Amino acid sequence: MAGVTLDTVKKVYAGNVEAVKGVSLGIDDGSFCVLVGPSGCGKSTLLRMIAGLETISGGAVKIGNRVVNEVEPSDRDIAMVFQNYALYPHMSVYDNMAYGLKNRGTPKPEIEKRVKEAARILAIEPFLDRKPRQLSGGQRQRVAMGRAIVRKPQVFLFDEPLSNLDAKLRVQMRVEIKRLQRALGVTSIYVTHDQVEAMTLSDKLVVMSGGQIEQVGTPAEVYRRPETRFVATFIGSPPMNILPGKVEGPGRVSIGDQMITVTDMKDGLTPGSAIEVGLRPEDVQAGTAGASTLTMDVDFVEELGATQLFHGKVAGAAFVVQASTGQIPADASHLALSIDPANVHLFDPQTTKRLGRI
Amino acid sequence: MEKRAFFSNKILPYALLLPQLAITVIFFYLPASQAVWQSFLLEDAFGLSSEFVGFENYRHLFAQPEYYRAMMTTVIFSSSVAILSLACSLLLATQADKQLRGGEGLKTLLIWPYAVAPVIAGVLWIFMFHPTLGTLSHPIKALGIDWNPMLNATHAMILLVLSATWKQISYNFLFFLAGLQAIPKSVIEAAAIDGSGPLRRFWTIIFPLLSPTTFFLIVVNIVYVFFDTFGIIDAVTGGGPAGRTTTLVYKVYADGRLGGDLGGSAAQSVILMIIVIALTAIQFRYVERRVQY
Repeated sequence: MAGVTLDTVKKVYAGNVEAVKGVSLGIDDGSFCVLVGPSGCGKSTLLRMIAGLETISGGAVKIGNRVVNEVEPSDRDIAMVFQNYALYPHMSVYDNMAYGLKNRGTPKPEIEKRVKEAARILAIEPFLDRKPRQLSGGQRQRVAMGRAIVRKPQVFLFDEPLSNLDAKLRVQMRVEIKRLQRALGVTSIYVTHDQVEAMTLSDKLVVMSGGQIEQVGTPAEVYRRPETRFVATFIGSPPMNILPGKVEGPGRVSIGDQMITVTDMKDGLTPGSAIEVGLRPEDVQAGTAGASTLTMDVDFVEELGATQLFHGKVAGAAFVVQASTGQIPADASHLALSIDPANVHLFDPQTTKRLGRI
Repeated sequence: MEKRAFFSNKILPYALLLPQLAITVIFFYLPASQAVWQSFLLEDAFGLSSEFVGFENYRHLFAQPEYYRAMMTTVIFSSSVAILSLACSLLLATQADKQLRGGEGLKTLLIWPYAVAPVIAGVLWIFMFHPTLGTLSHPIKALGIDWNPMLNATHAMILLVLSATWKQISYNFLFFLAGLQAIPKSVIEAAAIDGSGPLRRFWTIIFPLLSPTTFFLIVVNIVYVFFDTFGIIDAVTGGGPAGRTTTLVYKVYADGRLGGDLGGSAAQSVILMIIVIALTAIQFRYVERRVQY
């Protein structure tokens, strides 16, 4: 097994389009790293460069201690699970899984042992003689995973493997992938645009945007302390509210004519300068019990069953509050909101970077 | 998806179908049934009278050694053209699929020969390979080969195979290219990661996935060589030398139009028709069974 190291990896397409702009990242041996970001952020390109399916325009990709920039995909000792499964349609499930081993000249009894073992782990033993087209989406997904694990590679690469499945199956497979990765202990790199998958699967979460890394951390770190406004609004559902504010003094900002106190605020900000104030819909409580309060005009309510989403405006800017059902009367037109100073995130309107204590 | 048009007028749909049906009836069913009828008749040399002779024409036909020779010629000719044109076009299609620079222009150029009429194609090749006038004959002779497709049956056959192949490559190329592009890129990439080199990938993944296309093309090519090469044969060799490049379809023409044996010629047409119907039936069977992955 081996870790993966990326050193200022770049991808430049014809016409000088930079898809990946110098990404550096270390992924520990045996850990589960998720690359998340909106479409076109370069996450898939990065993964395909690690796989060897795209040439590397600059920088170095290391698997273990070996620089693999010029190494063929087959010699990188990796396995990849594709979004559309990419099963060989003319081969049986058994042959699909055995193909990679046959190509490497593995002896027949060994192939059979490994395929049977993988099939047992993935509960696809009854389908070994079937063709991929005779399987359901979830079963195909398992075969694709089986094809990856029989090879016992150094690194697993997943390219949005669950996005073709329906919502229920996606949750189920997500759990299985996590369990499998834990059991096998193989370094895994997983690309997704789904932030729930990203949060639940990762040991290390990498948020990407515009070909660059926005933030790296554990899911909790990224959620609790987003380093940029992009990360703040991308991770978390419903997304974080961003309100235009003004610096009033150390630990104090105003939103319109309302004042709130903030724990995590950078020192030495000029009073009167503009600032962006981020509040998560789930971090805001109804009532006036907190250290500071905001008032909100409610436009409408969305029912989610266990919770309700109150949509409205605070100081003229759109604002969403998430509350347990029944906590706030659904017909309320004005709300007093209690703000915990520890839950306020501040961002620079120009650089969009976090303005917190270092 | 089923698309259906609804007409309130009862006559309109039939009126719209009529031109196509009329063409099919006049130019296909009528002559075909005429051929069947004719194959049971014996006509006198001047075409003044004819009498019903039953299967006599067929009996006579199968007693001719020339007929079996034409059959052999057809088999050699059609299998050479089919194999050669399929192999060449598959090679070209795999290269074009790599999307090299200027690929679009090359693809268009590759399709052009299909637009050339068979006779024109034949004349073109004769210009190049005529024993005394051909531009390429002299270099061949300079190599010490006594090149003469007018007298040497093997040379004549080679020339026919080349010209017929050249014309058919475009058609096959289009289908192979479409077939290649229908293979998901990720399947090829998965095979690359699974450790199979380009050649192994081709034989274990790409070629099997192309098999429905290949089979379809084999049938189409055989039908092509059986019938559509008439123009080329007529222009290049005229069935010669000494009838050695006379294929089944050319013999229909030679016996009927040139030899005046309408009954025998009709009997040959009927046999050809049966062969093609059988081929098409096999094709539909096979394609239906195997095309779905």
